[in-house]
Formats: sequence, structure tokens, C-alpha cells
Amino acid sequence: MSEQARKPTLLWLQSGGCGGCSMSLLCAESPDLFTTMESAGIELLWHPSLSEHNNEDMRDMLQSIVDGDMELDILCLEGSVIQGPDGTGGFHRMSGDSRPMRDWINDIAQKAKQVIAVGNCAAYGGITSAGGNPSEACGLQYSGPKPGGLLGEEYRCPTGLPVINIAGCPIHPNWVVETMLQVANDEMNAADLDELNRPRSYADHLVHHGCLRNEYYEFKASAEKLSDLGCLMEHMGCMGTQAHADCNTRLWNGEGSCLRGGYACINCTAAGFEEPGHNFHQTPKIAGIPIGLPTDMPKAWFVALASLSKAATPERLKENAHADHIKVAPGDKNKNREDT
Amino acid sequence: MSRRIIGPFNRVEGDLEVQLEMNDGKVTDARVVSPLYRGFEQILQGKDPMDALVYVPRICGICSVAQSVASAQALAQAMDLETPRNGELASNLILACENAADHMTHFYLFFMPDFAREVYANEPWYQPALERFKAVKGTAARDVLPVRAQFMHLMGLLAGKWPHSLGLQPGGTTKAIESQEKTRIKVILYGFRQFLEQTLYGDSIENVTGLDSIAALDQWRVNHAPTHSDFSHFLHIADALNLDAMGRAADRFMSYGVYEEQGEKLFAQGVWNGELNQLNQETITEDISHSWMHYQSEPKHPFDGVTLPSADEEGSYTWCKAPRLNSKVVEVGAIARQLVNGHPLIRELVAQSGGNVRNRVIARVLEIGLLIQAMEQWADRLQPKEPFCNHANMPKETQGFGMIEAARGSLGHWLKVKNGRILNYQIIAPTTWNFSPRDTQEIPGALEQALVNAPVRDGEHDPVSVQHIVRSFDPCMVCTVH
Repeated sequence: MSEQARKPTLLWLQSGGCGGCSMSLLCAESPDLFTTMESAGIELLWHPSLSEHNNEDMRDMLQSIVDGDMELDILCLEGSVIQGPDGTGGFHRMSGDSRPMRDWINDIAQKAKQVIAVGNCAAYGGITSAGGNPSEACGLQYSGPKPGGLLGEEYRCPTGLPVINIAGCPIHPNWVVETMLQVANDEMNAADLDELNRPRSYADHLVHHGCLRNEYYEFKASAEKLSDLGCLMEHMGCMGTQAHADCNTRLWNGEGSCLRGGYACINCTAAGFEEPGHNFHQTPKIAGIPIGLPTDMPKAWFVALASLSKAATPERLKENAHADHIKVAPGDKNKNREDT
Repeated sequence: MSRRIIGPFNRVEGDLEVQLEMNDGKVTDARVVSPLYRGFEQILQGKDPMDALVYVPRICGICSVAQSVASAQALAQAMDLETPRNGELASNLILACENAADHMTHFYLFFMPDFAREVYANEPWYQPALERFKAVKGTAARDVLPVRAQFMHLMGLLAGKWPHSLGLQPGGTTKAIESQEKTRIKVILYGFRQFLEQTLYGDSIENVTGLDSIAALDQWRVNHAPTHSDFSHFLHIADALNLDAMGRAADRFMSYGVYEEQGEKLFAQGVWNGELNQLNQETITEDISHSWMHYQSEPKHPFDGVTLPSADEEGSYTWCKAPRLNSKVVEVGAIARQLVNGHPLIRELVAQSGGNVRNRVIARVLEIGLLIQAMEQWADRLQPKEPFCNHANMPKETQGFGMIEAARGSLGHWLKVKNGRILNYQIIAPTTWNFSPRDTQEIPGALEQALVNAPVRDGEHDPVSVQHIVRSFDPCMVCTVH
């Protein structure tokens, strides 16, 4: 078969993760995942949750990729790379094989035309590397925010790109679907990735964009407990003004997002989000001022504007901020005019 | 005699290896290996107790909500915090949504594709099974993905997203549902009911969940051809392959009970071994005699459990611990829940042929319908404008446990807090019970027992029966070791 006619092939492997990115991906809609892949002519060589074959068939296929007998266009890894204990990789050996999964991932990554890290674990180590990182987990090209990981900072795929980091915990299905299709169509360039190699298609946005609590944010009408309608930034640890993602404009499972669900953004697209250095739902402050202010806003301005807007907070927002449903509706000026 | 190592074992959640000894056309011995260790119980030590709600759902992407609910329950007990009725109802809806979706995913994407394998190409029933259930390419997968995704819109409404929501808190749920959202929940449930009745069952939910005897089930199967519905399709294949003679384990079943509303559980708690017995949580222990864990002199209750991996332990073969109830192996899952709760058909089936591949799948498929009926009622009872969540502070020193049912069976979290930080956090997941290794008495775990006597077809290296038996438990390996 000629190079043009050959279908782009995709292999999906899992290591130190929870499988949640695959589960989220199966929620892809309009159209569903299988139809989407078919539209791009992607041939799924193997996925641990979906494929028929296993055991020797699967290991033989991996070996033929490593040997160069089978071409692999896209390798997706879900879950972190497990290096422990003591650097042996023994905490995750390939089933049916004594080799550490880490070594298989490394060998196959050298053959794939493009490697995609699906989820924060595969990108940066993620939740698996939290606490004392007992399994010595790392990402494909990062350990937390530090470049390196399994493949090293200098690694480049044959496409010329580094590992594409679709960070998120979990990923939004469309982040993966759209990236996958762009890669399959050779439409992904270095300029499409941000400084942590995340696709800019979603990482150029902030979770703050489109947040239903924006009015509360503007007037610093803050929630004091989860389930309050007010802004979750001042007290409840919300990272939405700093978190790179389009969760509140793209929405999850139909009409959802963390903020719409009544809880704070924990910045799960960031490298190292698993150890924020404070309780997730408590905003760290110095002299009553949150440390984590919006990324590109001068602190003095923020403080000045905040105290000004706090002084001007409408009663409606003050009251609603501490309730779980709207208590005071916005007034309608036109109606009042007609009345008079 | 021959030995086989089967792995990677796919279409299960996470990593699994099965080591078999076979002789004279059947499996004579099995060892189940969980090859991945991540160390969540170590990660949780020293954390703020409330931060457990960030970490534990991420143990598992398919049982994420179940992990959150178990954790929230343990935290609530530690704080002595009550949940308002709306919070109970919303939490039940969220958990039941995950549970029903998991059963669907298991049936359509994990379990049924094995009947489209080439090994069955000469069977008279093969062609329709191939067209319907072939992995990725079959018509069923295309039908079910959009339905599953639409059903999951419940998660967007009630929990913000799935998996990994922080909407499930010790005192209830963080999203207060407004009346128009309640309407939307009911519409989504109606849409899902349509799929179940037209495609999965080919009959009303009430008729199928109301099948109350083997005679009634047999009659229903005779009345419905394989191609009538996916459930009838399964029943005919199960009959042709004698799936009721495959995969019998210890026939002692446990359910922690789940879906509480004002002190009553939809599915009751108990132990079933031909009769119903009370469950005593204090008799739960974890044995590590065959696990890659540092030596312990005796099995420990999870409040005192220790998780210290050690790759070189003599005689060990898995990262999984061996939980036991009163020193005995128990099986968990939908079949156990429905036995304990007294579903007449499931009790009669198990009395006749034990826990086996067919009966496990029937229990799971029926449970989807039972859950939807309950969800419709819970949605009706939501009261907009009333509270969904209570709040409290965590004492500096306290403890608590949460015992619930995930899709795959009994899930427990045991938490101890000291100086305001997590001193110990131990998790026993459903598949830890089902796929446990041998214990100090050399008694094999439930799957290890279920695999013995699995038939090997002529010329088979990898017995397809082993594939059916393993998947009949709907294992979740990432939960198993965590």
C-alpha cells in the first residue's frame, strides 16, 4: 500500500493512571468516538478497554512495532510512567511479560511518528506522583513542571514536535479528539503548542472565561463554603483565573463544569497540580490577600480594584453569594419605567 | 499438564495477568496477578482529610464516583455530619448513574465482544453475534456510545463532570438542583429508559426486572429470539455455551448495602450463603501472605492496615492484598447485591447453579433496570430551594469508615485522623475481594477458585472460557491495588 493510501495507525497504552481519560473519551459526542476516528481514517491498532485481542497477539504486535515491521503513526499514553521501586520500573511490569512497562513505552515512543500524552499523569506525572511519589512516577517528557521525564527534554518525534501534552485530570474528550484528528491530518505545528507543550486550542483559554460566577468575581462577592453561588477564588481555593483550559466555554458532559458543579477549579491542566502546597479548597493568603492572583494582573491594581468593587457590591450579589440558589433576582429597569 | 500466562488481559479496567495450569481439557489451578502498584494509601498519609476527596476518585476512572461516595461517607462519620435529604437523593442519582453506565459499558464493550471471536466461527449463532458485538466495529458499540454519553449528561447537571467530580461532599452534594434542572434529569432518564426497553431488553423495564423465577426467565427467552434484543441475544448464547456451568467460586456473597435515603437502603447489607446473615465490619481483615508487601505477623483490620510494598517477598505473586470476611473468601458484585436484597430470580438461579458466568451477567443486566426505576423516583423527590449540603469542621483526632457498593461490588474506606491530618487511610475495593490472591491458609481468592475446571476447547492455547469467567466479574484492576 502506498504511503498516501495507508491509514494512520493509533496505539493506546496505559500505565500509572486510573483509566479515567479513556472513560472520559468514551463520552465524546456529535459524533461518538468510533465514528470520529473513522472519519479521519484512523486505524485503532489496540486500546486496552476496546480491542478484541490480547495476550500474545498484542505483545507480538508491540514487538513488530519495535522491530520496525509495523508502522505506528500515533502513540497515546494514558497514565504516568512508573519508575519505582528504586528506578527498576518493577511497580508496573507488562502483564504476561517480565519487562517493565516503562521500557516498552520507551521503545515504542522511539518508533511512533507522534507521541501524545493523554492526561496530566502521562504529561507530567500527575496524581500518581503526589505525596512522596511512592511509585516514582513521572511524565513522558516532564517530571512535574521540570522538563525531562522518561524521554528527556531533547526528545522530538519524527514530526519534529515534542510529546503533545493533553493535560487534564481527566481530559475533556474533545481535547483529545481534536488533537488526534489534527495530528492524523498533519495539521499540528510547533506553534500550536504552549510552553508546557499543551495544545493551545484549549490551553490559550482560562477556566475563568465563561465562568457563571464572573459577576461575583467582579464585585468580590465570595463564597464561604462549597455549594455557595459566590466566587470561589477568595476563600475556597479556586484556581480558575490561572488555570489554562476552556472548561467553562466548552463544558463537560453536556452542561457541566467544576464551577457549575459547585466546587473550585483545582488547575488540573497544570504541571504539579497534585501538590498545590495548601489544602485544595482553602485559598492561601498573606495579610488577607490571596497569593494566587490572576497570572498577568499587577498585584497593586488587583488589590485596589478589589477593594473598590467590594465597596460597590450590589445587595443582590452579597445575598446570593452565600446561598446555593438565587435568592434575589436582578431587577428589571424597563419594567419599572413602564410602571411609572 | 501445561502452564500458561495470560496477559495483557484487556477489556477489563486496568492491568491483569492470569497464570494457569491446565490438564486433561481443563484448568486445574489459577493465580491472579495485579501487576501495577501506585500507592494511593501512602500518598494520602499526612494530607488534610478533606483533600482525600481530590485524590481518591482518581484511584479509578470508571468507579470514580463510588470512590468519592465512600470517602465522603467516611469523612461524614469522622465529622459526625448528617446529609440533608436532597443531598442523599442527588448523591444516589450520581452513584446510580455511574453504576448503570458501568454495567452498560461492561456488557457492550467488555463482555459481549468475546462471542464475536473467531474461535466461535463455526457455531450456529455466530454470524448475528459477530455483526452485533464485534469489538469497536459491531453495531452495538455504535448504538451504545451516544446513549451512554447522553445518559452521562446527568453527571454534568448533578456533579459538574465525570469522572473525578468534587461535587460529592461529606454533607451532601455541592450543586443545588433547580426545578428546570429536575425536569431535565427526568427527561434524560426517560431517554435512557427508551434505549433499555427498545434495545437492551426488548421489553418493558418492569417486565424484565419482574422476572421472578427460572421458569419465567426460560419462558421469556423462548418467547424472544436472539435478535429480538441484546439481553435475549445473551441468554440464547449463554444457553448454547452452558455459561451457567462456568466460573463457580465460593458461593458466599457479600453486599455492604447502598443508596441510603432517610435510614433505608435500596439494596440491603448482608452476607448470603444460601441464607441471609448479618455482616460484621469488624471481622474484615486484609491478609498479605502472598502479596508483595512487607511481612506482617497476622492479617489486620483496615483501621490498622499497613501498605508497605516490597517487591521481593518470598512466595508472593501480586500487589493485591487478600481481604477476608471472618477469615473467609467472599464474592461481591451485582449478583451478591441482588442475592442479599432478595431478588427472587437471582436467588433461584444461584440456588440452582451457583455464582457463574451466566448468573453474574443476568444480575448485572437486571440491575440496570432496577436502578433506573429508583432513579426516576429519586429525581421526583428532589425539592428545589431546599438544602443539598451540610457543612462542618473536621475534628483534630477522629476516625470513620465508609462502606458502599460500587458497580463491581463492596467498596470500603477506613480513615484515621490525628493532629488534623490523615494518619491512615485504607481502601478495600470490590475487585480486591474478587481477585485476591491466596491467604495464610492457602485458600485461593474468588476468581482463582472460579477458574478451576474452566473448559479448554480442542486446540486452544488460551481458553476462551477463561476470558468469559474473568470478565463475568467485571474486574476493575486500578481499584484493586490502588
